[in-house]
Amino acid sequence: MTAALLSVRNLTVEFPTLEGPFTAVAGLDLEIEAGRTLAVVGESGSGKSVTSLAILRLTDYTGGRITNGQVMFTPRDGVAIDLARASEARLEAIRGNEIAMIFQEPMSSLNPVFTVGDQIAEAIVLHQDCSSADARKLAQALLEKVRMPDARTMLDRYPHQLSGGMRQRVVIAMALSCQPKLLIADEPTTALDVTIQAQILNTIRDLQQEFGTAVIFITHDMGVVAEMADDVAVMWRGRKIEQAPVRELFAQPAHEYTRALLAAVPRLGSMSGTKLPRRGSVAQDTADMTAPLIAAESLTTTFPIRQGLLRRVTRLVHAAERVSFDIFPGETLSLVGESGSGKTTIGRTLQQLIAPSSGIIRFKGQDVTRMDHNARRRLKREVSYVFQDPYGSLDPRKTVGFSVAEPILTHNLLPCRNISQRVAELLEQVGLLPEHARRYPHSFSGGQRQRICIARALACDPKLVIADEAVSALDVSVQAQIIDLLMQLQAQRGLAYLFISHDMAVVERISHRVAVLYLGQIVEIGTRAQVFEDPRHAYTRKLLAAVPVAEPGRPIDRRLVAGEIPSPIRRVGDPPVANNFDEVAPGHLVAR
Amino acid sequence: MRRFKKLEFIAGILLTGTMVLLVMFSGLLFPDGGEAMDLSARLARPGVDWAHILGTDPIGRDVLARVIVGGRISLLVGVFSVTGAMVVGTIMGLVAGYYGKFWDTILMRWADVQLALPFILVAMTFTAILGADLWNLIVFMAISQWVQYARVVRGSVLTLRDREFVQSARSFGVRDWNILLHHLLPNVFGPVLILVTLNVANNILLESSLTFLGLGIDPIIPSWGGMLADGRSYMQTAWWISVFPGLAIMATVLGLNLLGDWLRDFLDPTAKV
Repeated sequence: MTAALLSVRNLTVEFPTLEGPFTAVAGLDLEIEAGRTLAVVGESGSGKSVTSLAILRLTDYTGGRITNGQVMFTPRDGVAIDLARASEARLEAIRGNEIAMIFQEPMSSLNPVFTVGDQIAEAIVLHQDCSSADARKLAQALLEKVRMPDARTMLDRYPHQLSGGMRQRVVIAMALSCQPKLLIADEPTTALDVTIQAQILNTIRDLQQEFGTAVIFITHDMGVVAEMADDVAVMWRGRKIEQAPVRELFAQPAHEYTRALLAAVPRLGSMSGTKLPRRGSVAQDTADMTAPLIAAESLTTTFPIRQGLLRRVTRLVHAAERVSFDIFPGETLSLVGESGSGKTTIGRTLQQLIAPSSGIIRFKGQDVTRMDHNARRRLKREVSYVFQDPYGSLDPRKTVGFSVAEPILTHNLLPCRNISQRVAELLEQVGLLPEHARRYPHSFSGGQRQRICIARALACDPKLVIADEAVSALDVSVQAQIIDLLMQLQAQRGLAYLFISHDMAVVERISHRVAVLYLGQIVEIGTRAQVFEDPRHAYTRKLLAAVPVAEPGRPIDRRLVAGEIPSPIRRVGDPPVANNFDEVAPGHLVAR
Repeated sequence: MRRFKKLEFIAGILLTGTMVLLVMFSGLLFPDGGEAMDLSARLARPGVDWAHILGTDPIGRDVLARVIVGGRISLLVGVFSVTGAMVVGTIMGLVAGYYGKFWDTILMRWADVQLALPFILVAMTFTAILGADLWNLIVFMAISQWVQYARVVRGSVLTLRDREFVQSARSFGVRDWNILLHHLLPNVFGPVLILVTLNVANNILLESSLTFLGLGIDPIIPSWGGMLADGRSYMQTAWWISVFPGLAIMATVLGLNLLGDWLRDFLDPTAKV
């Protein structure tokens, strides 16, 4: 084996806590050679992010301590040093210069009050001896390298004027400004849409080939791993449990945990040829297609943007534009699309959290906008909502029991003395224990919290549950459990779901029917088989092509993926043109 | 950490409890109300004579008696003015932050106007119309200070309002009143408690300033702030006249701070270890 660029030996990182030191990383060994990509995968809490921070000893700033081990790095001068024991001054010369990092959230890694050009130039001037005019030229060249459109004018923009994908490009440009020998990317595409993710992954891969940079790629997404990595290290509870070349790992995972992790990953295309979603081997034949439970007819929701001294409405955000669909009892309709496509707005409008600008919502045939007060409250009871963030959607100061009981109390569904028993039943239904009712949300994991949220949503015996990215924030293994729970509840209670997600593979598993949204409008709607196996609209195809597939060595065709989604903000009096649909097959509508 | 929390509670209860008990029973301990003059022992040093263990002032009144009797006014003013301001301000802040738009504009512009008015001028007008007495003073302090609480509460509510757990409650059809009471109020209480403990000390001193200007209560009645002001001209020769009421204020405020900290953590389930 040639001399490694970076070799981590027996690394142990501890965080002091009230109950004594917590070991975040225990006895970790890693090695990476120049020009190669090592993916570090694991679920939340596995210590993968702490590892990336520890390599640059940034753990010092987050309260952690490297208690054991060494991090040998060979800088450009060829003399290897141990970063775990190097002086702070030496580290400062290495950080950003020889080893650069990209973080998950591109907005928070950029300073909002400086222009993009200034920030890249600053990084250049810091480590290289050059004038600020030269730095600016270099910055422009870098932005061109990361395929930033119109790089010259972008230099004078502020971070908030850029989209998420553009910001991440700026961050990558900054990271590459000194041509580092090692790039550590900590979940660099997790916050981005799939088409943008595909573009960013392409960029990183191209730049790696050009500069010969080694990349440590930290991610939880097995699809991204399969596309990017040469080698994969799997971490679990602070330990590395397996390391192998990527093809070997996917073909013959040695460790039990790796096998479980790979099995839990939803694979796009795994449902081909089946008509209904399946839970285990049982087909989810729950949909009753006789009369729609809820129907949206030409639903439009716009948000005004006020400007000027008189706060006049000058422009409108067209979040949902003339959207029509039905949801039948016992059916799962999925809304897919990228951020800004109006998925969440549609969900919230259906539940009356947002008033629609125009259009009709019929609940069991009755027009919602003409409902009296009581009927409207009944609608709130029968349509419940599960939010994306299981950490934010439970009141931190209320016990789990209170949160689950609240909908029952609100609608006076049960006499007070029966409520605690009902709460216990609900908690058991979602796989928790009755005594959990007395605890507070902070003592539960993300998956458990999402179960609590589901119990809460079921408390008022709904007919329709709107699940807004309900599994997106969860680890894959937990995600699989929650999807299974949702399908089980659907089979038991004949629930209908409006499943809002950006994750095509998850949608393929759970849906009876799928609607694809683009800029607030439906571009394609049909049964799962129709949309996934016979996508007709260009955008649906683009979306499907962008999904990383957990299958290493698969040729990547990225011709379809380019460009950004245009803005849904338009001037008043200039509404977008509504789509006209062709019915290509019974129930399969495609925008012209 | 847990041990420290417990200590915090015990120290807070001891300090505050002692002060409150002493002040409550001041009538029994010192039936003369700290007014008795011992002209033979003017400006007696503390620790010399058992009858005047904390010394005497220039006209021979016992400092210990006056500190304990003076606590009546100071604690009444400190506690009630702050409670009043807190209750009014919190309600205003909740309404302004949660309902937004119309109510927010009305209440916050009202707050701006009130902040812009010169405090002393308003105090003079207020006493000129209603007369100077203890309860008028408390009411005046409360209505001049609610703005601080309203601003803090409104700010917190504005961020909480869009949090998912509030949205989630709304999606279940929970009524506004219950959202305010169950979800918003408990979550804004931390910063409010901090303001409360800070303002108790401020208001004890403010009472003496207003009294000094003739806008408070009858200056003959002893209070901690008043004693501090009286002792000012004797600082060089008789430090004890102002130091002991100062220590009393300090002990009370420290005790309330400790209790406030403990209470904030007690009410916050995430802080429990």
